[in-house]
Amino acid sequence: MKQVIKGNHAVSQGVRLCRVQVVSAYPITPQTSIVEEISELCAQGKLDAEFIKVESEHSALAAVVGSQTAGVRSFTATSSQGLLLMHEVLHWAAGSRLPIVLANVNRAVGPGWNIWADQLDSLSQRDTGWIQIYCESNQEVLDSMILAYRLAELLYVPVMLTYDAFFLSHTSEVVDVPESGEVDAFLPPYDPLFFLDVENPRMFGGMIGPEHYYEERYKMHKETLDALFRFPEICGDFKSRFGRSYDLLETYRTEDAEMILATAGTITSVSRLAVDRLRGEGKKVGLMKIRMFRPVPAEQWRKALAGARKVVVIDRNLSSGHGGVFAGEVKAALYDLDRPPRVYSTVAGLGGRDVTSEDVAGIAEHFLEHDDKEPLYWGLKKGEPCRN
Amino acid sequence: MQELIKAHRELVENEDLVLPGLQSCQGCGAALAMKLALAALGPRTILAMPASCWGVIIGGYPYSALKIPVVHLPFATAAVAASGIRAGLDARGEKDVEVVAWAGDGGTYDIGLQALSGAAERNADILFVCYDNEAYMNTGIQRSSATPMGAWTTTTPSGALKQEPKKDMEKIMLSHYVPYVATASVSFPDDLVAKFKKAKTIRGTRFIRILAPCPPGWRIDSAKAVKVTRMATQCGIFPLYEVVDGKTRVTVRPRVKVPVRDYLAAQGRFSEMTDGMMESVQSWTDVRLKDLEEAEARS
Repeated sequence: MKQVIKGNHAVSQGVRLCRVQVVSAYPITPQTSIVEEISELCAQGKLDAEFIKVESEHSALAAVVGSQTAGVRSFTATSSQGLLLMHEVLHWAAGSRLPIVLANVNRAVGPGWNIWADQLDSLSQRDTGWIQIYCESNQEVLDSMILAYRLAELLYVPVMLTYDAFFLSHTSEVVDVPESGEVDAFLPPYDPLFFLDVENPRMFGGMIGPEHYYEERYKMHKETLDALFRFPEICGDFKSRFGRSYDLLETYRTEDAEMILATAGTITSVSRLAVDRLRGEGKKVGLMKIRMFRPVPAEQWRKALAGARKVVVIDRNLSSGHGGVFAGEVKAALYDLDRPPRVYSTVAGLGGRDVTSEDVAGIAEHFLEHDDKEPLYWGLKKGEPCRN
Repeated sequence: MQELIKAHRELVENEDLVLPGLQSCQGCGAALAMKLALAALGPRTILAMPASCWGVIIGGYPYSALKIPVVHLPFATAAVAASGIRAGLDARGEKDVEVVAWAGDGGTYDIGLQALSGAAERNADILFVCYDNEAYMNTGIQRSSATPMGAWTTTTPSGALKQEPKKDMEKIMLSHYVPYVATASVSFPDDLVAKFKKAKTIRGTRFIRILAPCPPGWRIDSAKAVKVTRMATQCGIFPLYEVVDGKTRVTVRPRVKVPVRDYLAAQGRFSEMTDGMMESVQSWTDVRLKDLEEAEARS
């Protein structure tokens, strides 16, 4: 049924449709309305789950590490500082091979306090062993919740889905909310291979020495990489049932493109408009939307980008001392090509600063004319405090 | 002696859930505490274990010394992960399985305190056990907020002995209005077993702190660990009591009484204490014992 809902409500509706049994979360702007709606769903009996209302995000993720280890489907949601506070437990959850799903509203990290869109929170959790999926619309958020559980429970790898603060979390869009029965048919009840069972006692997560640790980590790495062929299969099944199409990435007008923009999150939407305008002006520009980021679909990125002469990565994040995180990853993936496209890095929209289709067109036009070796800091104000 | 015989019978009659081959030191109170606790709790028990000596004692992959399910967890998370396990078991309909968080004093008094306070305030249905060896013994004897006044540790070395009294963990737990709080000692095994059995019949957050000697950390002969620990109760520094729904009851009134000075003098970690410090520990102990008596009288 089509409904007009916010990104956060797409998440809580996803929790209901996925029949999550244990939720634990701690409120943080702009994630809070997820927590509120899940509380309501539990109170109204629309969701048969226990919601453990904890005293911190570190505890929120630890609580669902407990419930998932006990063998039930579990969920948490957070943003920014909350995700950073979870950092230790993110590693623990992934290393424990627990298929937890976490929704993260991409928000800037402090100081100073900034509650607006920025991807540095989730990107700085890149190496925690979680699959990361970046979403662009509220429909994609809801559908990704369902896809995420299916993928996580197949691979025993946790999935973090992320979407931009306010641009999605608090913006209403039309979302086709599937019926429970349809989702049940796509996502069967969680049937864990291993869990805490007094009839079959096992020990989880104990000491492991140099003679075994490497192999455990390698196994985790290999099985995380399996997402690169499992996810497209799952998306195929999803499309046959729900009609909506997803993949590891998405391309837009990349056929014969000389320049391809690479974006993640809501900048993708305005970039489509920019591409249309540039195409209208006869400029051969296309777009690649980065969707799954861990594991890195390097082969698929190469396939999507190899035909272009220039690739412009627009990062709504800044890794201090490095530059845009996605740009670095795209460069690394393309380096293996015999004649790789030239990759240009742009940082834009930090801390929720608006990025319009005119901005994206401006970025593209800049790189159609220039060959900057240094990143382009688009929209950076001159003078104080930058002294440039 | 009678107590020892009764607890011993418990161990003999029930299945021993602790296998031989623990990686504990000789005379380890934490190992003994587990043996006694599991004798009382039985096999339908799941342990949530944060970083601690027990994380090592239990053995490394692929072995475990316990015949019950155990999950190791980040240091700060024992209480909340245990409440998550409880929620998971409830969702699976496994109502009769007891979830026990088993933490050392660091995982209780220090890094684990926030999550424990959260779980206690929610009255999560877990049994939280602190085996208290009064310092970070696993990392090699560093002071914790459970380290007693006057103790030597590697971070309170000669000339800088710990000046502050240890935190009153039971009062902290009682201020959360939880249904069961108790102290127990490996030197009073029958009392310990009885408290675990009682805790098992109560729902909600239950807290038991076990005084568990650490011979290397306390600088005592491992053969005397149980004896020295018994003196902690005999001198009043570690009274054995329980608080059920706010009602306090002293459970062991030692027939033999010793001065605090004798308990301190029996341990190398207190060997640099001055007479003045020992006297202040004695008066601090007297005040706390009086508090306890008054609480019992009010109950």
